[in-house]
Amino acid sequence: MDIKVNKKLGLKERYNLMTRDLAWTPTYQAFKDVYPYMQYEGIKIHDWDKFEDPFRMTMDAYWKYQAEKERKLYAIIDAFTQNNGHLGVTDARYINTLKLFLTGVSPLEYMAHRGFAHVGRAFPGAGPRVACLMQSLDEIRHAQTQIHSMSNYNKHYNGFQNWRHQHDRVWYLSVPKSFFDDAITAGPFEFMIAIGFAFEYVLTNLLFVPFISGAAYNGDMGAMAFGFSAQSDESRHMTLGLEIIKFILEQDPDNLPIVQHWIDKWFWRGYRVLTLVAMMMDYMLPKRVMSWKEAWEIYAEQNGGALFADLARYGVKAPAGLAQACKDKDHLSHQAWNVFYNYAAAAPFHTWAPSEADMKWLSEKYPDTFDKYYRPLWEHYAKEQKEGRRFYNTTLPMLCQTCQIPMFFTEPDDPTKVAYRESDYKGEKYHFCSDGCKNIFDHEPEKYIQSWLPVHQIYQGNCFCPDVDPSKPDFNPLAEVLRWYKITWGEDNLDYADSPDKKNFEQWRVQATGN
Amino acid sequence: MAVTAIGAYEFAPKDSVDKFPAPLLYVCWEDHKMFCSPFAVPFPPTLKFGDMCKGAFPGIFGAHPDFAKVDWDQTQWFKSGRPWRPDMDKTLAENGLGHKDVIRFRTPGLTGLSGSAF
Ligand SMILES: [Fe+2]
Ligand SMILES: [Fe+2]
Repeated sequence: MDIKVNKKLGLKERYNLMTRDLAWTPTYQAFKDVYPYMQYEGIKIHDWDKFEDPFRMTMDAYWKYQAEKERKLYAIIDAFTQNNGHLGVTDARYINTLKLFLTGVSPLEYMAHRGFAHVGRAFPGAGPRVACLMQSLDEIRHAQTQIHSMSNYNKHYNGFQNWRHQHDRVWYLSVPKSFFDDAITAGPFEFMIAIGFAFEYVLTNLLFVPFISGAAYNGDMGAMAFGFSAQSDESRHMTLGLEIIKFILEQDPDNLPIVQHWIDKWFWRGYRVLTLVAMMMDYMLPKRVMSWKEAWEIYAEQNGGALFADLARYGVKAPAGLAQACKDKDHLSHQAWNVFYNYAAAAPFHTWAPSEADMKWLSEKYPDTFDKYYRPLWEHYAKEQKEGRRFYNTTLPMLCQTCQIPMFFTEPDDPTKVAYRESDYKGEKYHFCSDGCKNIFDHEPEKYIQSWLPVHQIYQGNCFCPDVDPSKPDFNPLAEVLRWYKITWGEDNLDYADSPDKKNFEQWRVQATGN
Repeated sequence: MAVTAIGAYEFAPKDSVDKFPAPLLYVCWEDHKMFCSPFAVPFPPTLKFGDMCKGAFPGIFGAHPDFAKVDWDQTQWFKSGRPWRPDMDKTLAENGLGHKDVIRFRTPGLTGLSGSAF
């Protein structure tokens, strides 16, 4: 048999052969029937071949590269599990950040997988289509590796067991869920600006870096490993987000106002979701990496500032909500943690008032605001708890119609005043936490009048198990909602101080380090 | 603005009054953010305003040390952010309160834990 030796192909040649040259223009079917979602958002594309993919990765290289990473990742996870790595974390309070991540973020990875698959199919251009396909695969891999690496904790700690069930039901999870549902029900171009650009490019460092470096600082090799494994995909995702926005803007001047509105909207929606990260960084990590305020200054003010300075040549302006978000950085985490402290009975993870040492750190990091506004609250809670009256709020909160977060955000220039905004639409009243959320609603009210607001759904009787009997004299609606949430009272919820997690962790650690 | 959609797009609002056991009222006690957000409560329209304050509010706001000091005759009220005077002896409906109205009250002299508005 003759063996024909081919000249090794260059990267660019190879990429062209294995991606763009595989595409074709349909002739048996009308173009608009094959690509039906290309018109209705108003975005005009004249030449899809102008999209440049700087990575030029081909599918075969992709598989090889990802398989190698997977092998390394699972080796680390196995070692971590076999060595009881969970006992090496700073403190079992840390594990609650993983519960927050698993219930709130991992399901979004899966949704990102679906979103990019859908968008990749919708785009006629072979370049973006292949990039979206790879990102779609990355995202399902992120979801899987996160679930795998955290499943080890599920053997030892409460609150991990019903994350998927809870993502569609529990009050605080409607925040990330509705964020992604909003994106995935938008058109393909809006999805790319929402997730590809605003989330992956502008805000991703504020989500993943805090969680992953938080894991590293607190001795969690398992979570750290999946973080690093995912991180190497992020540069590809960020590049796709940035290239796609530049491409859209270069294609037609009419695209600018549409894109600008999406930037404003998705910056604000993403920023509202990051509320959960802010409180995680400042209050949930036993050993902190940096404050939310510091992270915001680096990633949003400096990096984001440079990005929008660069995009200015396309006529793009910094997101409308950026100035307010910068003002909020001194307040956000403190106010948010109070929400979870209030409703600690209704979440599948534990909360606690910060200790003296924690508060010293908070005072140092927030010299202008912590002692003045927030310290009295935590000291009051600690005192009450000592006297056996740990405060649990049992009345349901008012939610923002758009972001679905309890209305705790204060006026940008007065941290003592809760911010209220209102709109009327077809004879109904709607309430918002901010100008950002009101503007989003006012632009497309038809979409947000359908918001599945957990508090309203509870009052409408839609959050009970089918066997519930409200006519029984001992009917307890809040306990019944928790049953529907699959939150086990006294195990998954309430204060960390009284949790089986704390008791077990301390006991196991003693056993592991002595006789 | 109209929604960006591939076809006809019309849905009923999810939270119209007919779906609730009673109209929803949003209530907030100013300067007491220990209760992290305003509350959402379905109150019967026939409930007297004074009965809401003296009967229902202790269960909602009673955990705050300031609550025992509240003087309902001195309380200042706001509806959708504008000053407003409810009649304590009239019902919620007679006071003009409807589904998803938002009211707030301020208690002069009581400004939260160590004056922190919490
Ligand atoms: Fe991801
Ligand atoms: Fe909002």
